[in-house]
Amino acid sequence: MKKSYKIDVDCAACADKMEVAAAKTPGVKSASVNFMTLKMNVEFEDGQDAKAVMQAVRDNCKKVEEDCEVYI
Amino acid sequence: MLLRIIAAALMLIALNYYLPEDAPINSFVRLALYLVPYLIVGHDILIKAFKGIKHGQIFDENFLMAVATLGALALALYYNNDYTEAIAVMLFYQTGELFQGYAVGKSRRSISDLMDIRPDYANIENAETGELEQVDPDEVEIGSVIVVQAGEKIPIDGIITEGSSSLNTSALTGESVPRDVKTGDEVISGCINLNGLLKVKTTREFGESTASKILDLVENASSRKSKSENFITKFARVYTPAVCISALALAIFPPLVNLLVLNTAPEWGQWIYRALTFLVISCPCALVISIPLSFFAGLGGASRAGILIKGSNYLETLSQVKCVVFDKTGTLTQGVFDVSAVHPDHDKSSEFHDEIISHMSEHDHEHHEHHAHGAGLSDEELLHLTAHVERYSTHPIASSLRKAYPHEADDCVIENVEELSGYGIRAMVNGDEVCVGNFRMMDELGIKWHECHKTGTVIHVAINGEYAGHVIISDVAKRGAKEAISELKDAGVERVVMLTGDAKPVANEVAENLGITEFHAELLPAGKVIEVEKLLAYYKKSQGKLAFVGDGINDAPVLSRADVGIAMGAMGSDAAIEAADVVLMDDDPLKTAKAIKIAKKCMRIVYQNIYFSIGVKLLCLLLGALGLANMWLAVFADVGVMLIAVLNAIRALLVKNI
Repeated sequence: MKKSYKIDVDCAACADKMEVAAAKTPGVKSASVNFMTLKMNVEFEDGQDAKAVMQAVRDNCKKVEEDCEVYI
Repeated sequence: MLLRIIAAALMLIALNYYLPEDAPINSFVRLALYLVPYLIVGHDILIKAFKGIKHGQIFDENFLMAVATLGALALALYYNNDYTEAIAVMLFYQTGELFQGYAVGKSRRSISDLMDIRPDYANIENAETGELEQVDPDEVEIGSVIVVQAGEKIPIDGIITEGSSSLNTSALTGESVPRDVKTGDEVISGCINLNGLLKVKTTREFGESTASKILDLVENASSRKSKSENFITKFARVYTPAVCISALALAIFPPLVNLLVLNTAPEWGQWIYRALTFLVISCPCALVISIPLSFFAGLGGASRAGILIKGSNYLETLSQVKCVVFDKTGTLTQGVFDVSAVHPDHDKSSEFHDEIISHMSEHDHEHHEHHAHGAGLSDEELLHLTAHVERYSTHPIASSLRKAYPHEADDCVIENVEELSGYGIRAMVNGDEVCVGNFRMMDELGIKWHECHKTGTVIHVAINGEYAGHVIISDVAKRGAKEAISELKDAGVERVVMLTGDAKPVANEVAENLGITEFHAELLPAGKVIEVEKLLAYYKKSQGKLAFVGDGINDAPVLSRADVGIAMGAMGSDAAIEAADVVLMDDDPLKTAKAIKIAKKCMRIVYQNIYFSIGVKLLCLLLGALGLANMWLAVFADVGVMLIAVLNAIRALLVKNI
């Protein structure tokens, strides 16, 4: 399952950090952050609850980049 | 932020003015005074750096800036009491960040403005009061009638039931000439109604409408990242740690060598200063921002020209295209066939053989009777049967046959329709088996057929296994097709190949007219895939890429097989939007050349930015290590490179004159 989320972040390198952090989150198959359109596309592993996983993704992103936001 | 920068800058100038270096003042009081502007401009960096360390983010750029400036302050305290440099570095860094945010936000907005085709509302007439109500387009059901006033965007695809107007399609196609529409015409969402009032019966839901689909496509485009983008992110991931480690090495080893090996003064201060300069240069943002921004601007510029590119990776591939393969019908030629002659197979020669069909459609009874004396069918009867067999086919030939016989929808019974791809169609018409197709079909059925003296696509007809004659249809070359071929050569394409299922003489004629030297005719759909595979294998060796241009009908397999599949005339065709990597919104063949030129320009900018920003950074590192660059130069390298790269990236948006 793939979903797209709006994000807020103010530098390209930080967006890259978010991408790495999101991809490492358990339950996420792949993640891609687009700094220019401020979107995060997440592909979930089968049978995962998108909401719960995204909460973890958001927490992980916050860890690497204090100023970011993922709108779930 | 701006206020903080200005306040800190003014304070710094004032301090420098009123506190000359030899001022009789305690050095700690002096530091405290200088710390005020430093903290005003940089306190958030320090806080973020601290939080970053807590989360284990040592190569965070806030951390780098914090260490560099605090280190510089400490050095100044110890050696010469000149704090200006550390504060100025922080000041410039913050200014750079501010400007970067502004530039990115600005380009983000200007690009989304370009694609401003998202309709916000739909007008529905209230059944009771007759007043217009604005509703969310998502809530409009298929078959509802919406009202589009002058100046409004058409929110949902549909058919005009009332009114006529001119539509501005420029947001979709890049075409500036308005398109005239009237009752009964199909309209697509995203066009702007220029003058009249239109009532439109919707044929799709909002989410399935053209505007929504295109927006979806454009918004997700840059998620498919190109090699250059991946390269630069990977580079940045390695670059920052590498520079930091070398900064550490620079601070420790040269002084130790001085001390232990050369037995000279260690000069700790000097080497630590050089190391701090390294830290300033190591910030990755200038590198990382310009590349996606260039691609984003390139994709945005292309969509403004009516060329939708599904990802930056395709933009990159498009710039390397060496060979363009055209599917003839619908791309180079109009794909709107006209029936140019009807030749029933008479035993006796008939003087009416080359009668042009326009006479036929007038339903001239006299004419009809004239023909009845022939041994075979009359022209009209032949056309009649042919049109029936093609009743359910979507092939462009079928629609032209139906068009040529306007009374197709009569009460004849058509059953067991079977479409044989690459051959033709077989169906039962009023109990008779009628086969309509090319010569291959006739051969397959073992039916004797004969050539026609006219060039064009020959459609043979057989009834109950007996040859009944043929219909000639011909296709017209598109305006601009010839220019497109020469423009492609200008754009660096080495080879243009035309593929077609048509007969050789037809293909030859078109190729000659357009200046194409290489073509393959009489291909079945599978044959086209094979030809493309052959070319792909050939170009794989030379690193060139192959683009296939089709009209999105029947060529999905080839579109997906080629390095870049370009679909033409996608206004309203879902299949084409799905299958292709690049979608041309109108069916102008010149756009193919334009797409390649835009891609080349964008890639040029991307490479300029990559080489420029990496080059300047490496140069500054070298100068810094040798002690030739101070921290001022380092921060200029960081902020200045970013600014130039961002401005250069915006250039990719300008695609009008290429």
